[in-house]
Amino acid sequence: MTLWWIGDIVLFIVVIPLAAYLLHRVYMAARSIDPSVKEIAQVAEAGSKDLDAVPLLLTTQDQVRQTVVGVAGYGASLDVIVDDAEVAA
Amino acid sequence: MSGAAVVMIVAVVLIVLALVVYLVGVILQLRNITAGLDRVIAGVGQILEKTKPVNDVVSDINEQLDAGVDLLEGLLVKKAGLVDAMGLVEGLYPGAAAEGLRNYPESKDIDAPRIGEVYTKGTLTLARLGREAPVAAASPNGPAIRNPAYATASARSLYPGGRPMEPEPLPRSPVIGTDAPVQYEQRDDIGKPRKRMPSKS
Repeated sequence: MTLWWIGDIVLFIVVIPLAAYLLHRVYMAARSIDPSVKEIAQVAEAGSKDLDAVPLLLTTQDQVRQTVVGVAGYGASLDVIVDDAEVAA
Repeated sequence: MSGAAVVMIVAVVLIVLALVVYLVGVILQLRNITAGLDRVIAGVGQILEKTKPVNDVVSDINEQLDAGVDLLEGLLVKKAGLVDAMGLVEGLYPGAAAEGLRNYPESKDIDAPRIGEVYTKGTLTLARLGREAPVAAASPNGPAIRNPAYATASARSLYPGGRPMEPEPLPRSPVIGTDAPVQYEQRDDIGKPRKRMPSKS
């Protein structure tokens, strides 16, 4: 009988508080994740929205190509009409 | 049943209750987290979808720009020479000569000349548009003086003594007015009746 009582005391003084503490820690950790996940979701949506202009890169690519073609033509013309630098003696 | 056993049963029930309460709370939080992660995954998926062509497009743009830089640097060095090219770069963008040209690492070590002492404004343009230009080959004034190899010297020879800082003085304009040293003769008939021709009789 004495062992029963000792077991009860241990249960109430050690096991139940420890279990409650650990469960509370797990619960608080789970609660703390949720706001972070919501913030990440908002950031991901905002980032996705910021990338709406990415298709314009195709226009930029085309314009850069045209510009470089123009520069090449201009350079070729200059190469014809402007003489080369003097050769160092 | 003894009192100790009842107390033990109560303790176990309490423990189970605590487990149920907290685990249900954790389950609810995990469901919220799952819903949030679903939103995150959707957003990240959109980002991936939108950024898929970026790598190829930016690489292509970089290749085009690289080609443009190579072309312009090569042309500049070919036409002006490396030293004068660095002077031109320094003249246009002060401090840029220290970085040098990308395809000419030795350009970083060049002491960039003050380009205003080498080329004067419009000198080359005038030279190219004048008899040096290839189109002037058929000029009635004579053959073009364009020297394909060393025409930079021809252009520079327009100002052999260096660029004039101010124009040469011109003769002064004549002084006019009552105090002028030279007075012009006035007509006598100004302000008088017009002379009449003799009538035919």
